[in-house]
Amino acid sequence: MFSLTDILGEAFGLILTWDRNLSEIVMLSLRVTLSAVVISCLIGLPLGAVVGAFRFPGRGLVTVLLNTLMGLPPVVVGLVVYLMLSASGPLGVLQLLYTPGAMIIAQTILVTPIVAALTKQVVEDLHGEYAEQFASLGVGAFDRITALLWDARYSLLTVALAGFGRAVAEVGAVLIVGGNINHVTRVMTTTIALETSKGNLELALALGLLLLSIAVIVNAAVMALRASAVRAAYA
Amino acid sequence: MRDMTLDMPTPDCAIAPALLACEGLSFEAGGKRLIDNFTLAIHPGRRTLIMGPNGAGKSVLLRLMHGLITPTGGHVLWQGRPLDRAARHAQAMVFQRPVMLRRSVLANLKFALTVRGITGAARARQATEALDLARLGDMARRPARVLSGGEQQRLALARALVCQPRLLFLDEPTSSLDPASTRAIEDLINAAHARGVSIVMVTHDLGQARRMGDDVLFLQNGTLAEAGPLQDVLAAPKTAATRAWLEGRLYTAL
Repeated sequence: MFSLTDILGEAFGLILTWDRNLSEIVMLSLRVTLSAVVISCLIGLPLGAVVGAFRFPGRGLVTVLLNTLMGLPPVVVGLVVYLMLSASGPLGVLQLLYTPGAMIIAQTILVTPIVAALTKQVVEDLHGEYAEQFASLGVGAFDRITALLWDARYSLLTVALAGFGRAVAEVGAVLIVGGNINHVTRVMTTTIALETSKGNLELALALGLLLLSIAVIVNAAVMALRASAVRAAYA
Repeated sequence: MRDMTLDMPTPDCAIAPALLACEGLSFEAGGKRLIDNFTLAIHPGRRTLIMGPNGAGKSVLLRLMHGLITPTGGHVLWQGRPLDRAARHAQAMVFQRPVMLRRSVLANLKFALTVRGITGAARARQATEALDLARLGDMARRPARVLSGGEQQRLALARALVCQPRLLFLDEPTSSLDPASTRAIEDLINAAHARGVSIVMVTHDLGQARRMGDDVLFLQNGTLAEAGPLQDVLAAPKTAATRAWLEGRLYTAL
């Protein structure tokens, strides 16, 4: 039997002393997640903006595809990336399997559709407002996209946040392609799963608390930014 | 189906070719013909008013002439040629509800200039001059969306004029403004006209029409009920619809 109070105390102890093992796992988690979110935004923001702002043949199909991909099962993504990166796979030569790079790829595949689909909605709404003015000014396609993305920037922060939430909490895909190797690919979620199964609940709980704290801090920061933008009538 | 031709006989335009012409212009939507076979010409230097009851097709006509919507019949010509990108850049439009970008007042103007390929110091200078002209210079750094309705409309007008159009379309630019704001807008329009900008404006306001108009197009249920120099139409309206409008009576029959 374990005492919840004791475990909680030890978990706080690990956090407060900033245990070396703990910090390594947290920093790797943040590195992988932030890299995936940045890459997803670089792909998903312009993609979503184009789909949201322009009418073209197949637009409906692209929209359905993006919405469907938002719900991609992480383990399936993990499996596909594993097959691609495994020694006998088409990208095996890159030797990325069981590296943080593979985890970033898997998370990027999971997050990009979320960023693109949500961006599409935000941009479509804003474009509905701007369309006639843009047409009157003779705004070209590139200027239109950049202007929409810029003017929707505060709403798009929330989109990026949704992507961050998906990535940082993800277990299945990173476990398959990362292998949960100690000091190499062990991140917060995979460590929580592993340490819980081993009965090492202090570390699991400490990581769980940190994961929650990161989510709260990021959410609060984005909310504060949005609130200031709304006050300034920019959002 | 009515086909009225407007070619305003004034000393200025007698020799000047049309700036913009509509030939057999029609537009249908939802199975209804909203603009029915309009043939008319807008001449340089004139202030043309589009008047008529709600639903007559005034705003649709304005959008057709500006190329914002595509006609289902006939065509719009800019100096005798089909509307193209160059023609669009020689025109500007101010909407009934001004569309403000989610940026500062100054950035709204700079965006319009950037689209026209003007950047750097020239852009900054022209934007500042336009703001000063619209008496918005002290609000340059404020978010455009926090301005009052009148200020937003002045900014929309400044943004249109900073592009140095030859023809300015205005869709009821003062419909929701108080007299002081209306005066400020009219002053800006008149100043632009004095600089050679041709004006096409939708208005419901007969007083404004008298102050601002050279020519008038009177629309009724998607048809061009009457067209000509404003003073002639005011003095002797030819159709029952125009007569009723000018007398302030309700008129429903075509």
